[in-house]
Amino acid sequence: MPVLSVTGLNVRFSTEDGSVHALKDVSFDVPERRIVGVVGESGCGKSTLINAILGLLAKNGEVSKGSILFQGDRDLTKLGATEMRALRGEEIATVFQDPMGALNPVFSVGQQMVNVQYRSGLSKAEKRKRASEMLKQVRIPDAEAALSRYPYEFSGGMTQRIAIAMALMMEPALLIADEPTTALDATLEVATIELLQELQVKIGCSVLFISHHLGVVAELCEDVVVMYAGEVVERGTVRQVFNDPRHPYTVRLLECDPARQKKRMRHLPTIPGEIPDLRARPEGCIFAPRCHRRFGACANTPPDMETGTGHVARCFLADQPEPVGAQG
Amino acid sequence: MLNYAIKRLGLAVVIVSVAMFLLFSMIYLIPGDPASVALGPRATEAMKAALRERMGLDQPIWVQFWNFYSGAWTGDLGTEILSERPVLTVVMEQLPYTVALIVGGISWSVALGIPLGCLAAVRRGGWVDRIVGVLSVAVIAVPSFVIAIYALLIFAVWLQWLPAIGAGEPGEPGDQLVHLILPSLAVGIGWVGYIARMVRASMLEVLEASHIRTAYAFGLPDNQIIYRYALSIAILPTVTLLGIGIGQMLSSAVFAEIVFSRPGVGKLVYDAILTRNFPVVTGAVLVTTAFFVLLNLIADLIVGALDPRVRSNF
Repeated sequence: MPVLSVTGLNVRFSTEDGSVHALKDVSFDVPERRIVGVVGESGCGKSTLINAILGLLAKNGEVSKGSILFQGDRDLTKLGATEMRALRGEEIATVFQDPMGALNPVFSVGQQMVNVQYRSGLSKAEKRKRASEMLKQVRIPDAEAALSRYPYEFSGGMTQRIAIAMALMMEPALLIADEPTTALDATLEVATIELLQELQVKIGCSVLFISHHLGVVAELCEDVVVMYAGEVVERGTVRQVFNDPRHPYTVRLLECDPARQKKRMRHLPTIPGEIPDLRARPEGCIFAPRCHRRFGACANTPPDMETGTGHVARCFLADQPEPVGAQG
Repeated sequence: MLNYAIKRLGLAVVIVSVAMFLLFSMIYLIPGDPASVALGPRATEAMKAALRERMGLDQPIWVQFWNFYSGAWTGDLGTEILSERPVLTVVMEQLPYTVALIVGGISWSVALGIPLGCLAAVRRGGWVDRIVGVLSVAVIAVPSFVIAIYALLIFAVWLQWLPAIGAGEPGEPGDQLVHLILPSLAVGIGWVGYIARMVRASMLEVLEASHIRTAYAFGLPDNQIIYRYALSIAILPTVTLLGIGIGQMLSSAVFAEIVFSRPGVGKLVYDAILTRNFPVVTGAVLVTTAFFVLLNLIADLIVGALDPRVRSNF
């Protein structure tokens, strides 16, 4: 049974210029003890997806269709605010992108780590002990003293490790990591990812890892979900999606990854065109206006075609792949 | 921390010195001879000359300034013209009344302004927010003496809930407190508006911050997030603002003390100007300036105590 099972999720925001269809028919699973990566450009709906899972959509946003099943029995789209709050931090923990801003600047690290344990029946001393043990696990030197220090006294990499410690302290079933390494430099990125991997195995949780860094996803994740303009265009195991991409967008995305460039080029490749305006979501395939393989059928909504076990692409041509780099 | 306090104290000395210089020049430039005022129309030239000599008015201006300046730092603010009592004693007799008025004003503005600002921010765009917005502008725009007069008319004359004038019986704190309610409201109400608007603006900013998102993602109760996590940060600019606000409240205090016929430094200065009792004017304004500078220093130290990031720069 997957820890998280998103099925046909639609999210709409009502704005002054009309309704924005931010997520359309999003489906994927986060199986137990697996790390699932979500990749896509900025504005593809990654943050909306997280907020929908956490029940923290802005007031003008709502889940208009679909379900988010947590551990098979609870539909997160139907839980009340109180039940949702009981779940957050306890069973679903989150690490956010900006490490320097993720912790409250006027409370000490210890105060904040004790505060998030407010539901446990432990004494304050026990909570502090638990916090310092967790800091040791993320290799914060002198963990006991670190508790009485303030976030600004730590470097970006350290604050991110503290944020990870805080998230994993409650041993959640699911960890949502929202680009946790984007703000870090390359060496720290590797160290943080190794730490995440290690703790995930130790705690035995599942991880939903949001990133736009394909290399990191390939390194860390077992499954990957490719999002474009609020839709899941392709999903499967990392091997399936990275070695045998079936959606033209995935193909283009992989071609644009600088790490995959084999020969020297004057310009890095880009995908021509822009993400469509989601206020007026076009009929048919969402990627069609930028797609080099579009044809008549693309004016209709493409089906989710399964081309291998768990490998799904939302494209009419999913069963006729093109090799990566065919476009040159 | 100590370094910072010393630095700020040094700055305070400079500010007070400049204030002394300005004060001295102003008094010097005001037309009218203190000696003729003090002695009345029937004084002879010789009597006036004698008084001027005793007050040091016959000496060169820079000697006068130096006497004033060096005297002030040792607590010698000169003597009052009429009763010949030391000015410092006269001012210090009145200062507690004004301090009570200012503290009362701050209490009103904090007790009403912070909750209203929070409420407006949390209910952003709702009717609570709109009412608080309109009221804030209203109380900021109306001069405090107008509020003082209306408060006096409504609560003291018309409803007769509260005493109209005076500061209450000496030695009876309860009575004095009741007498403080209306004047301090008049002094502080404008700042309810400033503080409500300030708290609202900074709350809205803080509520957008990513650490607040983290707090929500950890399932902390909404009240704890808003009134502990967010307000602890949103309050900081307000404390600094209040430090400045005290200056304006001091000038409102002059009106409040006149309208409610309360004793106090404001009333003292007012009466002293009318009687050309210049040593009292300079002395009272100087003490008030020092008081203001001191309170600003305290406000900055409070910000330091509340914000570890500022503390580290001390």
